[in-house]
Amino acid sequence: MVYRYSEIVKKYFKHPKNVGKIKNADAIATEGSVLCGDMMTMYLKIRNNKIVDAKFESFGCAANIATASMLTEVVKGMNVDEAEKVEWKDIVKKLGGLPPIKYHCSILAIQTLRSAIRGWKEKQKKFYNSNS
Amino acid sequence: MRVYLDNCRAARVEEEVVKAMIPYFTKSYGVPSSLHSLALEADEAIEKAKESIALPINASYENIIFTSGVTEANNLAVKGIVYANRSRGEHIVTTRIERPSVLDSCKALEKEGFEVDYLKVNKQGFIDINELERLIRNDTILVSIQHVNHVVGTIQAIKEIGKLVKEKNENIIFHVDATDAYLKVPIDVKKCNIDVLTIPSNLIHGPRGIAALFVNENVKIKPLLHGFVSLSETRPGHENVPAIVGFGRAAEIGFAVFDDAVNKVKRLSKKLMKDIEDTFKDIAFLVGPRKNRSPFNVNYCFKYVEGEALTLQLDMMGVYVSTGSACASRELKVNYVLLELGVRPEDAHGSISFCLSRYNNEEEMDYVVRCLKKAYKNLIKISMFKDKVRI
Repeated sequence: MVYRYSEIVKKYFKHPKNVGKIKNADAIATEGSVLCGDMMTMYLKIRNNKIVDAKFESFGCAANIATASMLTEVVKGMNVDEAEKVEWKDIVKKLGGLPPIKYHCSILAIQTLRSAIRGWKEKQKKFYNSNS
Repeated sequence: MRVYLDNCRAARVEEEVVKAMIPYFTKSYGVPSSLHSLALEADEAIEKAKESIALPINASYENIIFTSGVTEANNLAVKGIVYANRSRGEHIVTTRIERPSVLDSCKALEKEGFEVDYLKVNKQGFIDINELERLIRNDTILVSIQHVNHVVGTIQAIKEIGKLVKEKNENIIFHVDATDAYLKVPIDVKKCNIDVLTIPSNLIHGPRGIAALFVNENVKIKPLLHGFVSLSETRPGHENVPAIVGFGRAAEIGFAVFDDAVNKVKRLSKKLMKDIEDTFKDIAFLVGPRKNRSPFNVNYCFKYVEGEALTLQLDMMGVYVSTGSACASRELKVNYVLLELGVRPEDAHGSISFCLSRYNNEEEMDYVVRCLKKAYKNLIKISMFKDKVRI
């Protein structure tokens, strides 16, 4: 085989968690592109700097779906600063490993999360600046 | 249910073929280069196999040589021909959608100073014969064009191409990779002016580890391997007798059932195509032609989902196919054949190749389309494009 997936990856691919949109999400980001066959959108609900809900949509392979699924599970309940520090390697480890050729999928998931948080932080900054 | 539709990569070996091979492992295990009786048995078995392999292409058994597989056969054909004929010129013409063993051989030859022109193909995968005519030069020594495309099933007009090549210059050597054509479409090396033909074993339900080249008498090929010469100077080494015997038996059976097998697979692929198109309407589209296509290769792009994920969903349901998606390749690149046919990369990521064989049946085709629908629904639920799709 070109590569093999771990049982955890297969499980998350078969029954992904946190799929879909969040209505009135506080943070949304899309990374990747259909041209390279890997694209992900992440939605976050944030209360008092804490991620209270996280969901995703994906146009991507099994590794993409499994990493997004795992990442949304991991960051739920985390403080945004804490979530920003989650590394792709942490997610890969939690998935029981990924074939090296698929590491970019987990990197994409982390990029999407960070981009959503960054956007949310900028929005917050603007809000406080305009109200101060 | 388990449905295997990856027959253009590897195919099931016919049980009778396996049976025919066994005595050559355990009883007649000699090789023809010796002088004793076991060698004679091997020699006779090889000759019989060559006859069975040569018959369907209207060739003589004396023109068959064996290699370790299609990759070696195509390497030997392309490189061996140009090395042996370099004094006449250094120009090669091929197409952009050949199997990698032809394309990569050509690319390697370019680094050695040979010039290669790669013919474009249209949206159905056909070359333009006028372009071929324009590209052939006085110093062209080889034209190498596959008979049937391995990804989309396009059947090139090999007879017309062969005629043109020889009209332009009868010294040009015409090589045809028939890996996906042999015993799937009729081939006549004489009528098509074919000088060298690549013939597969496994894809006709023979063993792996063996393939053949038909090489016309007047064609010079420089060996790529050096060593003990047994039956062929072009390809040294002791013969893999059991594999050759199995290959011969597979060709014999394949030729005997040719009409029935082709008609059956035509019926099955027609049904599969109709059912996919009825189920997926504007979500899926056929890649390749509707006419002049091999029924053994069917390729569809499914929009808004990714092919590796679709392949794995199907795998979980017992349907075994391949995808042209970048995510499923070592180089993370979309299948080049699809791109050459003008498929957009975003659509090519959702491509699925259904390669049928005579062992498939109608019930399996029904099951495949049911699974496809289910697999697609599972993935589109996750996709950000789900609002675009109704299924």
